[in-house]
Amino acid sequence: MAVNSVHWFRKGLRLHDNPALQEALSGADTVRCVYILDPWFAGAANVGINRWRFLLESLEDLDSSLKKLNSRLFVIRGQPTDVFPRLFKEWKVTRLTFEYDPEPYGKERDGAIIKMAQEFGVETIVRKSHTLYNLDRIIEMNNNSPPLTFKRFQTIVSRLELPRRPLPAVTQQQMDKCRTKITENHDQLYSIPSLEELGFRTVGLPSAVWRGGESEALDRLNKHLDKKVWVANLDHPRVNTCSLYASPTGLSPYLRFGCLSCRVLYYNLRELYMKLRKRCSPPLSLFGQLLWREFFYTAATNNPNFDRMDGNPICVQIPWDQNPEALAKWAEGRTGFPWIDAIMTQLRQEGWIHHLARHAVACFLTRGDLWISWESGMKVFEELLLDADWSVNAGSWMWLSCSAFFQQFFHCYCPVGFGKRTDPSGDYIRRYIPILKDYPSRYIYEPWNAPESIQKAANCVVGVDYPKPMINHAEGSRLNIERMKQVYQQLSHYRGLSLLASVPTIQEEAEPPMTDESQTSSGPDSPPRVPAPSEAAGCSTAPDSSTVYVSYAPRPELEGTQGPHPSQTPCTSSGSHPQPPAAVSWSFAPPSPAHSPLSRSKASSPSSSCPTSSPAPSPAGAPGQTFPKRKGLARQTRRNPRQRGRPSCATSGREGERREEEEEEREDTGGDERMEEDAEHEVERMEEETSAHQQ
Amino acid sequence: MVVSVRRPLLAPQTPMVQCVGSVHELKRTFLVSAPAERSTSATNIRRGLQADRMKRVLQGDEQEDGGGTSGGSQESLKRPCKQTREEDSEEEEASRCEYLPQEILLHIFQYLPLLDRAYASQVCRGWNQAFHMPELWRCFEFELNQPASSYLKATHPDLIKQIIKRHSKHLQYVSFKVRMESEKERKQCGVDSSRESAEAACNILSQLVNCSLKTLGLISTARPSFMELPKSHFISALTVVFVNSKSLSSLKIDDTPVDDPSLKVLVANNSDTLRLLKMSSCPHVSPAGILCVADQCHGLRELALNYHLLSDELLIALSSERHVHLEHLRIDVVSENPGQQFHTIKKSSWDAMVRHSPKFNLVMYFFLYEDEFGPFFRDEIPVTHLYFGRSVSKDVLGRVGLNCPRLVELVVCANGLRPLDEELIRIAQRCTQLSAIGLGECEVSCSAFVEFVKMCGDRLTQLSIMEDVLVPDHRYGLDDIHWEVSKHLGRVWFPDMMPTW
Repeated sequence: MAVNSVHWFRKGLRLHDNPALQEALSGADTVRCVYILDPWFAGAANVGINRWRFLLESLEDLDSSLKKLNSRLFVIRGQPTDVFPRLFKEWKVTRLTFEYDPEPYGKERDGAIIKMAQEFGVETIVRKSHTLYNLDRIIEMNNNSPPLTFKRFQTIVSRLELPRRPLPAVTQQQMDKCRTKITENHDQLYSIPSLEELGFRTVGLPSAVWRGGESEALDRLNKHLDKKVWVANLDHPRVNTCSLYASPTGLSPYLRFGCLSCRVLYYNLRELYMKLRKRCSPPLSLFGQLLWREFFYTAATNNPNFDRMDGNPICVQIPWDQNPEALAKWAEGRTGFPWIDAIMTQLRQEGWIHHLARHAVACFLTRGDLWISWESGMKVFEELLLDADWSVNAGSWMWLSCSAFFQQFFHCYCPVGFGKRTDPSGDYIRRYIPILKDYPSRYIYEPWNAPESIQKAANCVVGVDYPKPMINHAEGSRLNIERMKQVYQQLSHYRGLSLLASVPTIQEEAEPPMTDESQTSSGPDSPPRVPAPSEAAGCSTAPDSSTVYVSYAPRPELEGTQGPHPSQTPCTSSGSHPQPPAAVSWSFAPPSPAHSPLSRSKASSPSSSCPTSSPAPSPAGAPGQTFPKRKGLARQTRRNPRQRGRPSCATSGREGERREEEEEEREDTGGDERMEEDAEHEVERMEEETSAHQQ
Repeated sequence: MVVSVRRPLLAPQTPMVQCVGSVHELKRTFLVSAPAERSTSATNIRRGLQADRMKRVLQGDEQEDGGGTSGGSQESLKRPCKQTREEDSEEEEASRCEYLPQEILLHIFQYLPLLDRAYASQVCRGWNQAFHMPELWRCFEFELNQPASSYLKATHPDLIKQIIKRHSKHLQYVSFKVRMESEKERKQCGVDSSRESAEAACNILSQLVNCSLKTLGLISTARPSFMELPKSHFISALTVVFVNSKSLSSLKIDDTPVDDPSLKVLVANNSDTLRLLKMSSCPHVSPAGILCVADQCHGLRELALNYHLLSDELLIALSSERHVHLEHLRIDVVSENPGQQFHTIKKSSWDAMVRHSPKFNLVMYFFLYEDEFGPFFRDEIPVTHLYFGRSVSKDVLGRVGLNCPRLVELVVCANGLRPLDEELIRIAQRCTQLSAIGLGECEVSCSAFVEFVKMCGDRLTQLSIMEDVLVPDHRYGLDDIHWEVSKHLGRVWFPDMMPTW
């Protein structure tokens, strides 16, 4: 029987390193390359003109490359589920191939198509080539959950074998063996649509800064590598004014659409490094951007709610404001902050902005100034940003808004100072906001502070020709920092991660812990607390209020019923609820009880009679014997191993067992690595806690 | 009704009924289940449902109040209990439910979320009585916001009514969370909903006539809503609480229009008990107003205010013999308009504070323009926690190194373009208590940073440095630095990273 293959292009718009396409060609009698799009949905979808243009250009390029091999690209209009049954019959298809899509939406779509193909007796072959690694393998190696810190991710990746080597491009000979007759009316039936057909107005559309397509991508790859050699800088380049502009060596949109294989980039970088540095293996940092992409793909692959706050187990629930007006100002570059507005203008016009610029506008929209949900920002990026992968876009937004991945939130990018540091001249602003072009550099980042005479001389009066700043940054960021503290102080597993959340207060001492979940969002953890061991660090001046002082809290509702819990209260040794200790690197000692007048003055409260002195003394001093998920325990169990120089099995239950195993696995590791393991354990625990908390 | 009741009873309560045998086991069950329950932030949908159910439950409760319990509902409500104890005979089960001693029941209820408690209260008369025990109503957080801002849950109005009616005298620890919406939403709603929320809070406050609060917190979760209210309205509501509660110990009224006269009322009625007062950004209070509090409230142990209220007199008053040791003093230094002039505090006043309260924390948040730092850090200041929210000059950080010997935590969000090498080294030399540092948009050479860490050693329990801060130099590249720093810290350390994407 004849083998009639169809290769379905989605991402992976390239002929080089395309394993699924190779499968389509292998031993086939005919091969057709199809791309399916629905012009009806094109206009409605949340994708801007620049992204469509990039896609169409990539398809054009693919078609012309196929032409050179005496083949063509078949662009089919419709929905995959409607299109395939027709194609299967019409072309007598026996084999369908496509690249594996690791994103939840894609997995679902592909699952349906595979099932349908089965019904038609069509063999489906799926190959992974959009990511460097097998994401499921990474998840498996991290105890079946995706790593939630980049460090943890890197550690796992460093234990993996190298990514699979890229395959060569499809050749003329291969294609000749399975040439498909191209009909006369091919261009009528299967042509690539124009932007007009998709419903976009193209009058006055400036030419594209980023031209889509595999040929362009490979061209850029060469320039990219040349530049690396030229500047002999394989490390993280320092950011300067130039970095802000679209670079002819930029690759990210090409990776997004798969015009460039990430493995080709990976191996090119690797070989270049080995040639230049003569070291045997390059550091992971060489592949920074590729690995970030991989990191977010891994985090998202099994999480259909990865792009929203609701129902997203890894996302901190933050009470963002809803403010469509402010959002529109931000999205359209009318904030009144030239730095923010220039970035948003560049994004809209060109479809790409530097990653620091992304940080700046994302911080401004979310935790920094406007306090608007990252989801809104993500949608704007999805529309405008050429390289917006679903996973990477959502993940980065969560990261930058401090909604996941254990971020510090103390630092907000200043919408004035940050730009000034990056481009002191202000030329970047002048390019994207021409109305400000005559402002002196001194005021160009804060035109509202320019004297009126200067504003007039520059032909741009703030409030008339250019908007006033929409928010007082100092005031806004002050309030938002407080709000962020409020949010983070209620997350026990985050406590101690943040500098600000730990700023001391006695407030919880004066207030009983609220046991009422439905009515309080600020209630600390469950009532009984064990104070931190007093051996922890010698700085009694700054107690971590959230953990320490609470032990003195008068709990009126428990008066008369509640002494300190003896050690047989639920503890990890029971095994039934092994609670990994909170990952806290913050270790302040409690002040001695003598410094807490309240604990003495509260004679009526029986619990006050034994505040710090009796934290559930456990027999052999085994630190594991106490309440689950108290920070006191967390510290104790973590400190002790550290004092002994390597992780021990002090904790009982699952946690301890796993550690034991891991230790056996890596008996021969050196001291440095042991430290690394220690950190890994912390991260693991941190992650376990999150998942335990948020499921 | 049956359906709505079944859910909570089958979920967290299941072990409760099974473990009736021992108090300890009971504790265990709830200690384990309660925190997990609490930290799962309920989704909006769930909240909506909960609010709905809450309403039904409360309505049921009202009916019960009136005419006792009807047989029918009793039976249907008991059914879930049976299901959880299939192995036991029905009789036995029924009797156990009823004979659960009240104090144990109370104890259990304390660990249940309000909503579940409300469901449980429908089980039988005994449980219903337990639901209303004063002990369960000492502490309450009102969440007042309009449904338009759907990210937050709100306390159901029926519940608020009930509390005012039946439990206001039991309330001791109260906080109000108020949220303000955007202008657009306000227009859409046709009413000023945020102001309404703040007003609702005031209305509740003014009804709390026969209660004796120990703590009160007014928290705007978005922009300062209470500032939007007519001052007189707010003041009169607050005064009701001040006058009626003779033993307020904790008062959080940041970002409110509280004024000097109302503070006088506070002092007149609560001077013996007040321990905590937080009033950052209260523009209607004058230095004299806060001085009056410090003069009279000798038990005050924590105080938060803006710099413009800080005076030498205040510090002297706080360090008077009759005053207890102050534990925490938080000062927000905020610039209202660029180029603002700030007064100075005498070194002798700070010295008096340190003599009186040697262990007190002085937490200072700076939100100033670079050229406004003139008067600060000229003399020794006993600051322990320093946060620079905006760009701060090299020069000021140099002065910090010279004049802040008690510094424990330092956060620098931004700095100019020149590296902070000497400043950090000096801070390491002079600030011998420093144990936490965070650097945002700054620059430090790798060598200087390693030197800094080496000098501080493992007392640096928190070291949060953005990756971009560290400038590679001839000695260390970015790949080497984490080993070098980890070595000196005695634990693994990495710089904070931001995704490159």
